Amino acid sequence: MDAASILASVKAAVPGAEIAAVPAADRPTFVTAREHLLEVCRALRDRDDLRFTVLTDMTAVDRWPAEPRFELICHALSPDRGVALRLKVPLDGSDPHAPTVSGIWPSAGWLEREIWDLFGIAFDDHPDLRRLLMPEDWEGHPLRKDYPVQIRMTPKVFEPLQMTADEFRARLEADRHVRTGSERTGNRVGTGPGEGGD
Amino acid sequence: MVEFPEIPVLTTTVDKAVQWARRSSIWPVTFGLACCAIEMMSMSASRYDIARFGAEVFRGSPRQSDLMIVAGRLSRKMAPALRRIYDQMPEPKWVISMGACASAGGVFDNYAIVQGVDQIVPVDVFVPGCPPRPEALLYGIIKLQEKIDSQRAFGPKRG
Repeated sequence: MDAASILASVKAAVPGAEIAAVPAADRPTFVTAREHLLEVCRALRDRDDLRFTVLTDMTAVDRWPAEPRFELICHALSPDRGVALRLKVPLDGSDPHAPTVSGIWPSAGWLEREIWDLFGIAFDDHPDLRRLLMPEDWEGHPLRKDYPVQIRMTPKVFEPLQMTADEFRARLEADRHVRTGSERTGNRVGTGPGEGGD
Repeated sequence: MVEFPEIPVLTTTVDKAVQWARRSSIWPVTFGLACCAIEMMSMSASRYDIARFGAEVFRGSPRQSDLMIVAGRLSRKMAPALRRIYDQMPEPKWVISMGACASAGGVFDNYAIVQGVDQIVPVDVFVPGCPPRPEALLYGIIKLQEKIDSQRAFGPKRG
């Protein structure tokens, strides 16, 4: 199964989808737009001639200072057809976000948490978007190119041994990232109304 | 130490006797953080054998330990756990910082790694190396024994 037949099959399933094949050394690779990510992924998983039922990896690339700054990368595998593919989604640097694919591949849940933690790409409608690797109270996203890698901070040496259920829930909620309505329309704090927008 | 040839008696000071007992039974807590821990295990195994210095009993509980060997790089997320284990150890207690990462961050000059565990716990002996050979760690333990010998058994520990 080659890139052209996968592309034809996806285009048949999702009419009008912005998806294109790009050259790659190892496996069929496609670039799609954020708006069509969910439909494309669902077609990849569900169509009988594709059946990409396994999400093997999900990561991101920061191309700062180029724009679009981020590139979301999904690796999917079709055990039935014996083929793997790569799907890339370019994302804008000012408000990087993408729809979650955890509803399609449940294994995306923690991978998306990791991407949120390290790159700061938010996933809309993710069931539990919290940091995965860094401490809960960490500021910033360390794998971004403009992050000060050799930053010096006083390490935290104390964590309470016991906490009540309410405190535990409060910490959980404080860590959870929820994109607010104003963010969705691009009117974040610091930018004037009417600027930006998805 | 004074011997009396006619009668089977030795005299010494309480300080010396207590510190002799302490330095001859340094029990480390099982606490390996990274690749240095492999050398630490090698040191405790038969080829290098810290049993020769009375320190072979790695304890699974900090409550029964005298020595913490910080073997490897300490991440910021791990720092509160390290401090908790240190706090759970009963006095008197000692710390060996093993290797470049534990002592100064080593090659990991970044946001995620604590640049020296002396920011978290008081360190008695720093063992250099990346990782230190088992002999080097043994030398560190002998240095710690010398330090314990020079300390007082009662009263303020450090000084």
